[in-house]
Amino acid sequence: MEHTSNEKLLDIRDLSVEYHSNGKIVKAVSNLNLSLDKGETLGFVGETGAGKTTTALSVLRILPELPSRITGGEIWFNGENLLLKSQKEMRQIRGKEISMIFQDPMTSLDPVATVGKQIEEMIGLHENLPKKELRERAAQMLEQVGIKRERIDDYPHQFSGGMKQRVVIAMALSCNPHLLIADEPTTALDVTIQAQVLELMKKLKQQYQMSMIMITHDLGIVAEICDTVAIMYAGNIVEYGKVAQVYENFEHPYTEALFDSIPSLDEEQDELKVISGLTPDPTNLPAGCPFHPRCPYAGPECAAQAPEIREVEPGHIVRCHKKCERRA
Amino acid sequence: MIKYIAKRLLMLIPILLVVTFVIFTLLYITPGDPAKMILGTTATDEAVAQLRTELGLDQPFLIQYLNYMKDLIFHFDIGTSYSTRQPVIQEIMNCLPATLKLAFSSILIAVVVGIPIGVISAVKQYSIFDNIVMVLGLVGISMPVFWLGLLLILFFSVQMGWLPASGYSSWQQMIMPAVTLSAQSIAVVARMTRSSMLEEIRKDYIRTVRMKGQTEMRITIFHGLRNALIPIVTVIGTQFGSLLGGAVMCETIFSIPGIGRLMVDSIKARDFPVVQGGVLFIAIGFALVNLIVDIIYAFLDPKIKAQYK
Repeated sequence: MEHTSNEKLLDIRDLSVEYHSNGKIVKAVSNLNLSLDKGETLGFVGETGAGKTTTALSVLRILPELPSRITGGEIWFNGENLLLKSQKEMRQIRGKEISMIFQDPMTSLDPVATVGKQIEEMIGLHENLPKKELRERAAQMLEQVGIKRERIDDYPHQFSGGMKQRVVIAMALSCNPHLLIADEPTTALDVTIQAQVLELMKKLKQQYQMSMIMITHDLGIVAEICDTVAIMYAGNIVEYGKVAQVYENFEHPYTEALFDSIPSLDEEQDELKVISGLTPDPTNLPAGCPFHPRCPYAGPECAAQAPEIREVEPGHIVRCHKKCERRA
Repeated sequence: MIKYIAKRLLMLIPILLVVTFVIFTLLYITPGDPAKMILGTTATDEAVAQLRTELGLDQPFLIQYLNYMKDLIFHFDIGTSYSTRQPVIQEIMNCLPATLKLAFSSILIAVVVGIPIGVISAVKQYSIFDNIVMVLGLVGISMPVFWLGLLLILFFSVQMGWLPASGYSSWQQMIMPAVTLSAQSIAVVARMTRSSMLEEIRKDYIRTVRMKGQTEMRITIFHGLRNALIPIVTVIGTQFGSLLGGAVMCETIFSIPGIGRLMVDSIKARDFPVVQGGVLFIAIGFALVNLIVDIIYAFLDPKIKAQYK
């Protein structure tokens, strides 16, 4: 199939990923479709285990090799299918074209190498520069993220969590990637530090003019920095649209439940609202719509058949049988 | 760092005091009279008694020990061999080259062979290579040295005539003893490398390096192995320490005059000063190896280095 859409930076089509655990097959991602324009920031929201990180790691093709496998689909990036590339070609894309920030800064840096060396390694892999210039570039990157250049020879354990995440950000941006995937970059940090790191990412995103996928649990973060949002549930996207569309006209019951679970400051609340039921067992997903056992609006068709994608308004799609009565 | 090393060297003193006391006590209560051993069964009681006085063996235990320690501390003298009448220091020095040569070559083989095997096993976990090597490793740990040594001699010296069966001066002579002695160390080093690597290559930072676009080879060696080294260095140190203590079996089979053989011969002959000197030497050797291992830690792990100030 010829694919020539130029404006799309990333286009994931029918991606399916499976994990093998204890002889069982876990469908982490099934037939996922998602695309991203140049310069766009996408919020990728969902519960733990929904398959957000798996999707991100599939794009870079750095899923843990033994237990996981991409079983189908295409991942188009800049007009090329990444799933058809050799590991050698992928290595040139990783870090240079697509870069990633991981969830836990405490563990995502090599403990025995100085932060400078780790940034230099990244730049050195993609640009042929003399040692002195590598070091200078690494120092500049540190300054970009608000770390003094004198700290270039410090080791990760000499930095706090928030500072480590800054180092990771500096590293991820050091080769001017076209796409940055941030996997819950603030989840492991204190609330005050979260705000700082988020602010920094917003600033750098504008400065570097890159596209970004922001994986998060936090709908507030999405509202603050994202253009579009994809809500993921049990391995697939259940609702997708511009942030304004989804936030004002959410259609999927799961999205509704997510918004409901945010505690309100204005109202007196005795209990936090939670979504009833548990995330489904990924080795044994319910038939039909995977959300139907927890869905307050579920009808007989929901258990019988998996819903198809439906366009609510231009650019706003939802995967649900029910027309939302709340809006009608 | 220098302060730390000095501190560690000072800590050697109490260790050595304890070691000398324990070995002195053990030898004192060992049955068998050195004087009788020296003079033989035909000696008269008077002659034996005279020799006992000469050697100071008729004195109470504590006096004997204090005399020994006095000579050791003030004159660096650890006595004279009963049987050869040579200074003990001399006896040990005569055996040292053979032992050092054997220990260094065995540990070299263990490192050069064991670490790569462990790394490959970890990266290809549960592969055929991994399974075969780990079974061989178990064999290596369990195989008695005398048996392996004899098999090697039978094959390479008797059958093929490729290698000399004994001696230690040329490198050809060193091959078989070193291989024999290293079999166990290879297995220990390989197993430790494998388990340490398995732990490291699953850590998050490895994924970060992979994200950078680094090659698997460099990820494995410069990040995985680099981080996995601490426990590996620890076992190499322990292995080397015990090799210094002499490998009695190996030295006996290949007729190498090393520390191990010296010790066994001296124990048989009730040559107490040599035994004491030998144990003292081995203790110092072990402590120094441990110190070196601890210093290497500082270069491997910046967190440990920060503590050494």
